[in-house]
Amino acid sequence: MGLVDCIVNWGRIKSPWILHFNSGACNACDIEIIATLTPRYDIERFGVLLKGTPRHADVLVCSGPVTFQVEDRLKRIYEQMAEPKFVVAVGTCACSGGVFKGCYNIKGGINTAIPVSLYIPGCPASPKAIIDGVVKLLESLEEKEGKE
Amino acid sequence: MHNSDEFRIPIGPQHPALKEPESFSIALKGEKILGVDIRLGYNHRGIEKACEERTYIQDMYLLERICGICSHSHSTCFVQAVEELASVQVPKRALYIRTLIAEFERIHSHFLWLGVAGHEIGFDTLLMYTWRDREIIMDILATLTGNRVNYGINTIGGVRRDITDDHKRQILEAMEKLEERINYYIQIATQETTIIKRLSGVGMLTYEEALKLDAVGPTARASGVARDVRKDDPYAAYGEIVFNVITDSHCDVYGRTVVRLKELLESLSIIRQLVNNIPEGPISVRVPRKIPAGEALSRYEAPRGEDVHYVRSNGTEKPDRVKVRAPTLANIQAVKQMLKDRQLADMPIVVAAIDPCFSCTDRMVAMKSEKGASVIKWQELRNYSIEWYKKHGVDFTELNKKLA
Ligand code: SF4
Repeated sequence: MGLVDCIVNWGRIKSPWILHFNSGACNACDIEIIATLTPRYDIERFGVLLKGTPRHADVLVCSGPVTFQVEDRLKRIYEQMAEPKFVVAVGTCACSGGVFKGCYNIKGGINTAIPVSLYIPGCPASPKAIIDGVVKLLESLEEKEGKE
Repeated sequence: MHNSDEFRIPIGPQHPALKEPESFSIALKGEKILGVDIRLGYNHRGIEKACEERTYIQDMYLLERICGICSHSHSTCFVQAVEELASVQVPKRALYIRTLIAEFERIHSHFLWLGVAGHEIGFDTLLMYTWRDREIIMDILATLTGNRVNYGINTIGGVRRDITDDHKRQILEAMEKLEERINYYIQIATQETTIIKRLSGVGMLTYEEALKLDAVGPTARASGVARDVRKDDPYAAYGEIVFNVITDSHCDVYGRTVVRLKELLESLSIIRQLVNNIPEGPISVRVPRKIPAGEALSRYEAPRGEDVHYVRSNGTEKPDRVKVRAPTLANIQAVKQMLKDRQLADMPIVVAAIDPCFSCTDRMVAMKSEKGASVIKWQELRNYSIEWYKKHGVDFTELNKKLA
């Protein structure tokens, strides 16, 4: 790995920018994600920053199952993100469809539309679980860096 | 349709100002909003249909997940309808516990709203403050019910968990702390000039308009319409509790803020009354799995307004039909009125002011023409929408090929 790549990767690990997208969730996972960003849990201490556009984001945080209407949008948002990109599925229904499995407008979990790097189960996933997941993701990046 | 100086901008489905996927198409002239088209349905999952394939008990948990913010509202509303069908008498203690959780939910929802509203007007400190204080309530909900959101405390015929004296003490202590914080927020909202200036006169909805457009909840109450199911048609334990329906005559976003803040104080007093007067006794009764045939309609005052559930049963253990009318659907028409002739910059806060919840709202609506209702197959509907977008110059065929 060249020096520039090293610095870029270091920056990525120390401050991953996230984009939050609700692809048909019941809102509970969404409020838990926001709770994770606010003072009690304060995930910003890991440098995590919520961004408004996919072009700025490294990590796409998805909650909820994929509804047919949102599917194309989700793929487009994923397309627009710059490489390397990671997708985190928050909540049971983002992982597998959860309670909504079998509903006529549901395609399934996030992985039926786009590749997912990390699954955080829970209905809703508690802020503690979300923090645990994010830290694991960052650790795996660090390991990757070590190997290369 | 498009004249030369009219300009359309799309907002959504993914947009920093929106927390859920929905899409607005705004017609502008300069900075002035001429009209708004709202497109919903990104969150439509088909819950009502799914209810018909599950038992009543399963439905309760499914309906709770219509919306995570007012989950208790939906499950209680449904359970009330089922209990009416089964003609069971729910124990007093269970009703008190339900009401208690309902008021906690209202507090957490209004706190959440206050933070989001602060965020939309660029006052992020308020967001961080309110969300920090909201954790007090979340802790109580977690101890009482076992989960922070989607409490799952209801069951048909009562509730699943009892409260102990220890819990009561904790609740009363937390209420002290919250009261202090709420008074502080009321002080900010009524004295801080930036907030007053930013919110006053924005998103006007007069008394007549609120009645005509059938606004509900705090949106209606801020326009002086004293409508509150808790008072008009008392359910659970509200008949035995003393409280006021808060109204305001500002008719704007500022009024809606004041109404919600004052409702917080009312909720505190309701909770204190409940905790101090909760009767002893069992917390649930057994209800047979098969519910007698019939139909029932149940109303509930959710934090956002009146929630209505309709249940029809056919004598089996699965309902024949479940219909949900969530408060945001009633309020969303008013948003069009509020945004008309306003500045574009007011849009986020005006939309946020009704405290919209689109996962509640995205129910299926069949339009009946004079010739009768028509049924469209899913694939036809999809093709139609693709054609519609193509006609308007948006074409994803290439992109889809690339992604496939
Ligand atoms: S996992 Fe549960 S809480 Fe989260 S969005 Fe799905 S249904 Fe809601």
